[in-house]
Amino acid sequence: MTKILETHDLHVYYGQHEALKGIDLSFEEGGITALIGPSGSSKSTYLRTLNRMNDLIPNVTVTGTIKFRDQNIYAPQTDLVTLRKEIGMVFQQPNPFPFSIYDNVAFGLKLAGEKNHERLDQVVETSLKQAAVWDEVKDHLHESALSLSGGQQQRVCIARVLAVSPQIILLDEPTSALDPISSSQIETTLLKLRTDYTIITVTHNLQQASRISDRTAFFMNGEVIEMDDTKKIFMNPARKETEDYISGRFG
Amino acid sequence: MRRLFDEELDELDNGFTEMGILVSNVVQQSVDAFIDHDRQAAQAIIDHDHDINEREIQLESKSFEIIALYQPVTSDLREVVTILKAVSDLERAGDHARNIAHATIDVKGNTRVSEIETQLAEMGHLTTDMVKQAIQAYVDKDEEAAKALVTINDQLIEYRDQIMRESYNKIATDADVLVAAMNYNNVASDLVRIADYLTNVGEWIVYLKTGQIVELKLMK
Repeated sequence: MTKILETHDLHVYYGQHEALKGIDLSFEEGGITALIGPSGSSKSTYLRTLNRMNDLIPNVTVTGTIKFRDQNIYAPQTDLVTLRKEIGMVFQQPNPFPFSIYDNVAFGLKLAGEKNHERLDQVVETSLKQAAVWDEVKDHLHESALSLSGGQQQRVCIARVLAVSPQIILLDEPTSALDPISSSQIETTLLKLRTDYTIITVTHNLQQASRISDRTAFFMNGEVIEMDDTKKIFMNPARKETEDYISGRFG
Repeated sequence: MRRLFDEELDELDNGFTEMGILVSNVVQQSVDAFIDHDRQAAQAIIDHDHDINEREIQLESKSFEIIALYQPVTSDLREVVTILKAVSDLERAGDHARNIAHATIDVKGNTRVSEIETQLAEMGHLTTDMVKQAIQAYVDKDEEAAKALVTINDQLIEYRDQIMRESYNKIATDADVLVAAMNYNNVASDLVRIADYLTNVGEWIVYLKTGQIVELKLMK
């Protein structure tokens, strides 16, 4: 399997505070990796370094390397717009723009200068279908995305990421603001996408991690304690800290 | 941190140990009744066989409930699965003790062979020791003690083979011993089956400790 993304000796500091203490992880192409760990274990910080979302926070220092297809994404010549097109992100709270559903999904392509209406129509439809929300919104494409339910909004946000054809999709607790039915629809969507995209998701929902992910990385106090096949992590983890956390003895 | 789940698991664990002791006692009683030709004791075992079956159902129901309500993982899951699987082995071992009680009743009044009964007594004591060791290995969660059960299992197989040979030889020379000799064979086979089920319990103890599903009899 090809490594699509690798981090080596990755440290992140917020001012003097060391949030990530030298993370070495690599991700193969395709599949879903779940990042789990107690609150404050810096798993979200890690996720946000992967497409440089932390650049937006003042006083952040990042050292070490992150290679996306062998290119260091912190190299000076990296174009952030291109990087975030290749490595998209979906957040905890659904955050559709206050536009129509159509314009939300077409946003990235329009920003890139796409004006061909047929092409835009096609990408919007394909992306909404991939995000498993097309049937629910196809008759309301020009209504505000804000009128949708939380679960539908989140799937529109996933469609918005898919519209620019990313290679990697990062998700930061994508279902924690959703009810169980909507969560399960998002999970089904991710399972369909896992063959064509590399998905990395932070989740506090351990059952979700065990249901949908192929690999699981356990974070604690800014370090990765263990990363392995999800089955191994949930049946017979190598480290006691992992066992204690996922069986609910702490955290 | 002690979890609510730990209390449920303790209850299940204690229930399994109690059932283990119950089966161990019944095996001991069935062997004693056979050796002592005690028909009354044998009948009591048959009358109380449902106690073991009820225990099995209780522990199975409790295991299903724990899985549904707590969704255990890692060693928690292994502990529940171990009990869920091993409880059936214990129940079946109990069934064979009941068979021995039936044999005790059937043999009574027939011509017997004292030297074979002596061997059966030795074999019976070895089996009851093995049952106790298996239950102790579970209580101690002792993987090595669990693996050691297979050695006793092998000794019991040798006993059974020898008893069968001698039974057939006796039948060939004295047809009067037929009923007793057939029952000796059955009892020897029942004791080996009990040992076999307790070896399975040993395999589940290894699983509990390591997460590996093993066949102890193939590991020698």
